Amino acid sequence: MRMASSSSSFSSASMAMGDEKPHVLAVDDSLLDRKLIEKLLTNSSCKVTTAENGQKALDLLGLGDGQHALNSIASKVNLIITDYCMPGMTGYELLKKIKESPTMKDIPVVIVSSENVPTRIKKCLDEGAEEFMLKPLQKSDVNRLRCQLTKFSNPHKGMLCMGR
Amino acid sequence: MEGSPLLRQVAHQRQTLFDEGLLDEQFVQLEELQDRTNPNFVEEIVTTYYQDTSRLILNIEQELERRPLDFGRLDGYVYQFKGSSTSFGAKKVKAECSLFREYCRAGNGEGCMRTFQQLKREYATLKRKLEAYFQLARQARLTQTASPPG
Repeated sequence: MRMASSSSSFSSASMAMGDEKPHVLAVDDSLLDRKLIEKLLTNSSCKVTTAENGQKALDLLGLGDGQHALNSIASKVNLIITDYCMPGMTGYELLKKIKESPTMKDIPVVIVSSENVPTRIKKCLDEGAEEFMLKPLQKSDVNRLRCQLTKFSNPHKGMLCMGR
Repeated sequence: MEGSPLLRQVAHQRQTLFDEGLLDEQFVQLEELQDRTNPNFVEEIVTTYYQDTSRLILNIEQELERRPLDFGRLDGYVYQFKGSSTSFGAKKVKAECSLFREYCRAGNGEGCMRTFQQLKREYATLKRKLEAYFQLARQARLTQTASPPG
């Protein structure tokens, strides 16, 4: 039986859902970087889905055109990590679309970049990114994120699972 | 066995890659990520790196044949090359990419072409030495499993 959880901590929400590992959506146009982030996250006991660009990420989240959130992984994602520099839709543009979505806006988004540009960092944080991190990510970065995941909660996790 | 000459040779050859500045700490991170659940992780990453970079080399070569040079597009490819090289831990190649990007931003075609030649040389050296090291490491693993205990 599933319970709606809005403000409970991550651990009780996940226990109610029956899954134990946080689910991370990682977005990067570089195959090498996707493989790297996936390994870092799975080594940290996370479930990982990867997407090679912003549009595919939106499709997975059920925010693509004509889609319904119920068919997506949206209800299960605890964190989105996206590269900043991607052809087509940048990580910043993806962040904006996520924050504009009533169903997705509370999912924490972390932006990663190989370039340390203060104006870029500020722009992303102002738009609601949880953090801005430099690539390549290290084990210590992922450990920190993993700890913070226990504080993040996806308030819609329970609601979407209840169905209509 | 730990003290075997072959294993010592492997360790020495690996260390040389770092001492000569071909690889940096990032490569060690990759090695540390490899485990029993994914015992071929490093090999997989190496293969992906070669695939990415050989494609980018072709792209850059094509760009360098354009007249006039499109420094924006060129920089885009070098940016990707640098990104992959950084994530892989290819220290010297990454440095050449940084230099290449500077020439792109300065709109210096001759500098770009010269640096590209250097980049290709460093890249070829890295590949050659990495392959030699991996081959030796494989040989050592085979020898280890074949040798009797004690």
